[in-house]
Amino acid sequence: MKNNVLIIGGGPAGMEASAQLQRLGYNVILIERESTLGGHLNRWDRLFPEGVPASEPLEALMKNMNGVKCFTDTEIQSINRLDKSFNVILSNGITVLADAVLIACGFDLFDASRKEEYGYGIYDHVITNADLEAWFQSKSDDRIDNPKRVGFVHCVGSRDEKAGCRGCSKVCCVTAVKEACEIKEAFPDAQVYCFYMDLRMFGRHYEDLYLKAQKDYGVRFIRGRVSEVSENQDRSLLVKAEDTLSSKPVQITLDLLVLMAGMRHSEAGRRIADMLNLAPEDDGFFAVRNNLTANQQARMPGLFLAGAATGPKTLPESLADARSAAAAIDHYLTDIFPQTRKLKKLVKKNG
Amino acid sequence: MVDFGFSLSPSSRIDLDEFDRKTFDRLLALEPDAKKCMECGSCSAVCTASRYTETSVRRALHALRNGCGAQAVEELKGCQFCGKCTMVCPRGINTRHLILSILKIYGAL
Repeated sequence: MKNNVLIIGGGPAGMEASAQLQRLGYNVILIERESTLGGHLNRWDRLFPEGVPASEPLEALMKNMNGVKCFTDTEIQSINRLDKSFNVILSNGITVLADAVLIACGFDLFDASRKEEYGYGIYDHVITNADLEAWFQSKSDDRIDNPKRVGFVHCVGSRDEKAGCRGCSKVCCVTAVKEACEIKEAFPDAQVYCFYMDLRMFGRHYEDLYLKAQKDYGVRFIRGRVSEVSENQDRSLLVKAEDTLSSKPVQITLDLLVLMAGMRHSEAGRRIADMLNLAPEDDGFFAVRNNLTANQQARMPGLFLAGAATGPKTLPESLADARSAAAAIDHYLTDIFPQTRKLKKLVKKNG
Repeated sequence: MVDFGFSLSPSSRIDLDEFDRKTFDRLLALEPDAKKCMECGSCSAVCTASRYTETSVRRALHALRNGCGAQAVEELKGCQFCGKCTMVCPRGINTRHLILSILKIYGAL
């Protein structure tokens, strides 16, 4: 009698939780909306802070997926909470009776064109962090044409109450610093500027990367939010901000402007929350049972959360969260289902 | 010229397109550690001269990063080279030596 555990979302958190639960002996079913596993990690070239290729952790995650039943190109059609389990109908027609459900739906990238004053989708040489990662992977993008002056705008769709995103997206600061260094590597003659409000180098080795950006790559950090961008006739960009450290307006002409789009809640995740009548927290992400002590439990028995479903997280944070969720699910199933408890005792006794 | 009884004040805007990179690079060649400055203000906070004059290493370096050499020299005029700022710099910059180099390159010495 193996319990069914359904995992919604095949990004790093969903994959890690699947692997853990599979090892604990559960029957794991993973569904993923896209046609490949990996989520946003697929769209990264190299990762902060050390510049490890994104393919490395991806391969490591993939290796542990043996035995997990994966349905790609699959979404949730309906989900209902029964007495002790969930009745889930998938878009491929399959019905799953799951004893526990883990939502690992991840995040959506903020739509940078909503900050119209920055001109994404209007001016030729304004791109996003995601576009730049895609270029690092493919080296093909008409908007990136041997730039001599490159700017990064931090906090696009983060710490912006008017855009409906009051919170900090956490990873963009260090991503901008990483990408600034990589731009310098790709175009050694380029001058690189970062427009920031605060630099939040909270993680291990992040400060080292920031120091390296200053010392080895000569990146200039300008403390001030970009106020507006306009395009010159030659398609270069006129960028204006306040240099808040000298309380003076500053302007500069750039050949490429990279907008650091932040993390928003997943719309696909919101649809599932709506089906279960779960209200999100103010920031749009899933509500947890307790923000300090029960981070992986949703406000419904048998429903668990991992990764960026509960707010912006780095890759290692998402993986750690997924492992915690797997442990929480294991505890829950052992507590609720007597047969699971018996089976565990038997396994213990017989080694 | 007609005297209209008023004058235009010069723009206070920093124009980074006008930045004199050559001179700044000469300074950085002499003082590579200047690149490490994160403008925390420790130097200015301990500066003895700043109590009586407009002296600030942080403001001077910031002015240079904005291409304002004359302003940087002005910010360092009161420096007595006591070296207290060097003792407190969290990134280990020899600010005392940096001040000397700034004054040399930007023409006050």
